[in-house]
Amino acid sequence: MVKGILGKKVGMTDAYGADGAVVPVTLIQAGPCVVTQRKTAASDGYEAAQVGLIEFVKPSRLSQPERGVFEKHDLPPCRLLREFRLQPGDGDVKIGDRVLVDVFQERDYVDVVAVSKGRGFAGVVKRHHFGGGAATHGSMFHRAPGSIGASAFPSRVLKGMRAAGHMGAARVTVRNLRVVTVDAESNLLAVKGAVPGPNGGYVWIRAALQPPRQRRGYAGSTTVDPLKASKKRTGKK
Amino acid sequence: MSIHPAIQKYMETQAAAPLPAFVPGDTVRVHVRIVEGEKERVQAFEGVCIARNGRGGRASFTVRKISFGQGVERIFPVASRAIDHVEVLRGGDVRRAKLYYLRGLRGKAARLKERTAPTGKA
Repeated sequence: MVKGILGKKVGMTDAYGADGAVVPVTLIQAGPCVVTQRKTAASDGYEAAQVGLIEFVKPSRLSQPERGVFEKHDLPPCRLLREFRLQPGDGDVKIGDRVLVDVFQERDYVDVVAVSKGRGFAGVVKRHHFGGGAATHGSMFHRAPGSIGASAFPSRVLKGMRAAGHMGAARVTVRNLRVVTVDAESNLLAVKGAVPGPNGGYVWIRAALQPPRQRRGYAGSTTVDPLKASKKRTGKK
Repeated sequence: MSIHPAIQKYMETQAAAPLPAFVPGDTVRVHVRIVEGEKERVQAFEGVCIARNGRGGRASFTVRKISFGQGVERIFPVASRAIDHVEVLRGGDVRRAKLYYLRGLRGKAARLKERTAPTGKA
């Protein structure tokens, strides 16, 4: 089974926990997807499945080679194709296999990758969280970057100096989001927290590469206050 | 912008049992579930509803009460599972939707006239 799926961000809303908690969730229209290519260690040097998101695509929007591949394997045409690495335990994956939201379960940790919203040419306050100056009281320093270095020495600007420039519209990964709801019927996935990109933007979701370690007090376990952890607790063991 | 049908559908799955109708100005008693360790009990929060916010599944309301001389406000999501049930105790005759002006009043001045005629809304 492929441990990843493609989808489109729907938007954010709230979910309500049985304990009264309000959980901010992002809804993702995830899949249905289809395996369009199989990369193997023998031919490609690594194990992966290329997955395509099934949606309506005008055939003329695809290149001729793409159309050829879909026709050859009798697949629905897909605009968005992404690879997901396969781990040894993932079982047999063949071209034409369907990938649906049920690859994930509630409470799973996932990584969500998407292209962030473009911010254009952004100043240093927005792009690097500079403080800026006072707006009033005669301040003549508002959103400018300020000093970018010394003078005669080193007579140049150090590399990596944070400056204004293009911001956003870049691939962003958000790691370890919790799956809140899996709706297999309507291919809907709800994950806790925010996801990059605009509503309607493409996202790709994979099982978390580095989920939080299972230790006492980790996110999702019942948190134990070390000051209140009584002797009874250790005594029971 | 209208709400996305997928969000609409999701919020329907999130909806809790409907609450009785009440409007800002009404005095309500909200029975809140509180989990203490293993045990769960119900505590009442009684006060004047001073605002209702939002629509649909994410709507909320604000209840204000005076506790030991100190004003306390609590905001409840309408769909919150922490609400056991709500009692509407008394209607209030008010002319606006948000009663934030009550925050500046205390004692006798902060009283509301009782509403006898039903509002069109409630």
